[in-house]
Amino acid sequence: MKRRDFLRTTVPAAILPTVINGFSIKAFGAESPLAQLLSGAGLSDHVLVIVQLSGGNDGLNTVIPLDIYNDYYNARPNIAIPADKVLKLTDKTGLNPAMTSMKALYDDAKLAIVQGASYPTPNFSHFRATDIWMTASNSDEILINGWGGRYLNYQFPNFPVGYPNNDMPDPLGIQIGSTTSLVFQGPSVSMGMSISNPTSFYNLLNGVQDPAPNSNAGKELQYVRLVAKQTSQYAAVVKNAALSVTQQAPYPTPNYLADQLKIVARLIKGGLKTKIYMVQYGSFDTHSLQTTMADTTVGTHANLWKNVSEAIKAFQDDLKFQGVEDRVLGMTFSEFGRRIKSNSSVGTDHGAGAPMFLFGKKVLPGLVGTNPILPANATVNDNIAMQYDFRSVYATVLENWLCVKNADLQQVMLRNYQSLPLVNAADCKPILPSPSGTKYLEIWGTPFVSSTRIVYKTDGGHTLLQVFDTMGRLIRVPVDTDMAAGSYTYTFDAGPIPNGLYYVRLQNGATQQVKAMVKMK
Amino acid sequence: MDRRDFLTAGKAKKTAPVSLASPTRTQSGINPYAGPWTNNEVIHLLKRTMFGASKADVDFFKLMTMSQAVDYLLNVSPAQLQPAPPVKNYPNSVTPTDPDNVIALGQTWVNVNTNDGTTNAYRIYSYKNWWLGQMVNQERNILEKLTLFWHNHFSTQTGAISRANWCYNYNTVLRKNALGNFKTFLKEITTDPGMLEFLNGYLNTNTAPDENYGRELQELFCIGKGANNATQGYSETDVKTAAKVLTGWKINYNTNTSYFTYQRHDSTNKQFSAFYSNTVINGRTGSTAGGLELNDMLDMLLATNDAAMHICRKLYRWFVYYNIDASTEANVIAPLAQVFRSNNYNIKMVLSTLLKSEHFFDVANQGCLIKSPIDMLVGLSREFNVQYPLASDYAGNYNCWQTLNSFAITFNQDLGDPPNVAGWPPYYQEPQYYEIWINSDTFPKRNQFTDQMLLTGYTRNGANIKIDPTRFAKSLPNPGDPNALVKDSILYLFRLPLLQTSMDQLKKDIILGGQTNDYYWTNAWTAWIANPNDAVNANIVKTKLRDLYQYLLKLAEYQLA
Repeated sequence: MKRRDFLRTTVPAAILPTVINGFSIKAFGAESPLAQLLSGAGLSDHVLVIVQLSGGNDGLNTVIPLDIYNDYYNARPNIAIPADKVLKLTDKTGLNPAMTSMKALYDDAKLAIVQGASYPTPNFSHFRATDIWMTASNSDEILINGWGGRYLNYQFPNFPVGYPNNDMPDPLGIQIGSTTSLVFQGPSVSMGMSISNPTSFYNLLNGVQDPAPNSNAGKELQYVRLVAKQTSQYAAVVKNAALSVTQQAPYPTPNYLADQLKIVARLIKGGLKTKIYMVQYGSFDTHSLQTTMADTTVGTHANLWKNVSEAIKAFQDDLKFQGVEDRVLGMTFSEFGRRIKSNSSVGTDHGAGAPMFLFGKKVLPGLVGTNPILPANATVNDNIAMQYDFRSVYATVLENWLCVKNADLQQVMLRNYQSLPLVNAADCKPILPSPSGTKYLEIWGTPFVSSTRIVYKTDGGHTLLQVFDTMGRLIRVPVDTDMAAGSYTYTFDAGPIPNGLYYVRLQNGATQQVKAMVKMK
Repeated sequence: MDRRDFLTAGKAKKTAPVSLASPTRTQSGINPYAGPWTNNEVIHLLKRTMFGASKADVDFFKLMTMSQAVDYLLNVSPAQLQPAPPVKNYPNSVTPTDPDNVIALGQTWVNVNTNDGTTNAYRIYSYKNWWLGQMVNQERNILEKLTLFWHNHFSTQTGAISRANWCYNYNTVLRKNALGNFKTFLKEITTDPGMLEFLNGYLNTNTAPDENYGRELQELFCIGKGANNATQGYSETDVKTAAKVLTGWKINYNTNTSYFTYQRHDSTNKQFSAFYSNTVINGRTGSTAGGLELNDMLDMLLATNDAAMHICRKLYRWFVYYNIDASTEANVIAPLAQVFRSNNYNIKMVLSTLLKSEHFFDVANQGCLIKSPIDMLVGLSREFNVQYPLASDYAGNYNCWQTLNSFAITFNQDLGDPPNVAGWPPYYQEPQYYEIWINSDTFPKRNQFTDQMLLTGYTRNGANIKIDPTRFAKSLPNPGDPNALVKDSILYLFRLPLLQTSMDQLKKDIILGGQTNDYYWTNAWTAWIANPNDAVNANIVKTKLRDLYQYLLKLAEYQLA
């Protein structure tokens, strides 16, 4: 832990001279109960669990817009969920019927849903898009380290030199799986370890271990493996943490995601100070037969979400059972959503915006953002517009959950992204959700031929106004600066851009709104 | 080396023999192998006789028959036996009179003497790096693996030899005789200046005999101590007597050659024990006495069966496996020794018999050799076709070779400086043998090394070596197919297969990034091949390959050859 975190974590700076009640803090020493309390309690024990839904989740069949149900149905009649089967969250929005467990979390105020998470000029390749989500890069920018790795490098400088140590005796990040993902890649070394990797230990999580043949080669193979097990510097602490938990709440089985989260719960309860865990599940790449033809409420996509929902619910229940529910925040992501219009093979192709889920006792529950805007007659190229940059979600989690100082946030996220009302930041600093009902963004004149007026309101501070096409490509950024509170008008001169539908997006702190506008002849 | 050091170092060697239960007993012997000749057998042969098995080398040898391939590997031309010598890659001495100062950078120093300690230290590095470079740039033959074998057998240490020139000359003796006649080899190594200094032969005189070389000649270089390292046939008197035969040799510091001074030679008759059939070597006088008596003594040593058995056991432990059970002793070592003797100690012949034997290709003997640090480092470099600076940039190359040498030292193998005259313990130390290479210190360091080689590589004075994983992948038959990519990578890198489920998992988790459609990788690969300058595609392909090879190289399987 860094010195400045210690100060920030302990007591308000106002009552922290170097002396408390006449005693110098130094005098307590690292092992004293007071010092332990000061350094160990509070935010420093926060844990983030990242759930990667690989393959590109069809957000539109996950979080279903009921207020524009006809547009929804018309765009994808062969896979549309019947309105009466949707699990209603609000009058306007509901969940896929397979997500009853997720609905229970929502009802229990442990679920937040971010609508329309994406980024300007989305990429439609699995690999590239995954890299973008893992590195938090711009669409046209290649970063070779991950956002989690940059955070861990910021929090634990110089790793692995001098680690493990008394402050951080445990792995910084743990990936359940065979390889450590790009998320954990730091500026020079990977900041994470993967639990079924060859230098750690085997068989904790159905670990596949290739058999050693009964031969001279097998004998030597077993010898090297033995050394490998013995020498992973973290093997013992991880194993001991896992073994110290003997009772867990029930998890669904068979359920590959539940298997992974079960391990995560054990390691958290077992006392690891690990900051980030990552698990992976998929594939959500539902090009065909996303639902059965006979019944759109069942099939591949429904099964995936049934498993995800049940796994996350069981994990949340287990965290409560273990008494560590306050410490854990979960977050899902997928490299992209899928197209608005379904294809003829009862599936959906690679798309753009999609919802992200945050779960845990400390989330600010509910829906963030609105249902997506769907064209009345969706074409094959139409995509769901971005409402929130996914990096705003990351920035929020870093600032309000992992308590990265706002001034340092840019060091990790590389740019200035604004916080959203997603998680109770009381341990770090408060952030209030924006007042509802205010009209922040209006288009005066649409459809338009050559120009229209965009009227927007800011509460002051950083204000961002963006224009996207239906592919999600960033067309223009009229405003990206600090402004005084007030209403402003921007005249949008379309210039040579083609006719069609465009989205205007405003973000000001936690406030964001998206409006559509149409350019025509 | 001091006798005292050797005694200390040798102590562990005298551990009571432990009978290792071999998991796989094999009865196969030295009859020529007549089974299949597929990638598997070619890779086995190459990983044992060269450093790593590159795809290009495998393809080259696969076109031959097994017998042709072994012949090819053993056929080293005179030019190949004498590579260009090490060059000056270090600054001039601060002593203006140092003769080394007239040598231009990039020119060899081996023909010029120096008495400047700093210059000599630079030369030692130059020599060691040159040697490592010979391995990295090895021809398609056994010479480099075999030269290292003979270094391990006739061990000397650069740190105990006065001049880098002698170290280099010692190396040329190893090379020149590597595939030649063992008796000639013994004769030349016995009077090699480096060896004379290392084992005090130059101090061995009729008035003050030094037994050091006389002992090691029998215990380590020639006769050995039986199958279990505990059966010493010769007597302590034989050690003393051999020392007398070897009296009188000195080193000429001007010519860097040895010479014989009969005035210092013990010219009495030398009576050996019953082990040597009570042989008497007639004492001689005059300038030829030393050479003649040495010749007689070598004939006496090689008249025993123990000498041939000893050398065959050492070759076996280097090229096949460390565990020599009763069956192997009877079916392999003994008949090999017979071949060695009946062919007048022709080394090439005994290697040919061993490497063509059904025992060598026996499945039980594949994949069971733990790579030495140098085998692992040089093999990695060759298998992944790591790019070095242009040959004209000698300084850059020496820096890169030094990078590898420094890691070899980190992994416990200092080229040119084995821990003692017995060589590296993994080739003699019961019961662990090869396993000594891998421990809680060295294994994580090997992993860190391969990780780093795939990330940024290592740079020394501006010269960088790193693994470009696409270069390796491109060499495979069908890298665009993720199944073939994983399978073929494992074929060339490992000696043991992985389960299909494991390969599928690797493909899915790493190459497909969690997806199930193979064509995502195929498309990415194809797009990158079509347009290698597209940074986005290049990054995708390189990152996935990097992750795949980082994973594979950390598996225990990669440590086996």
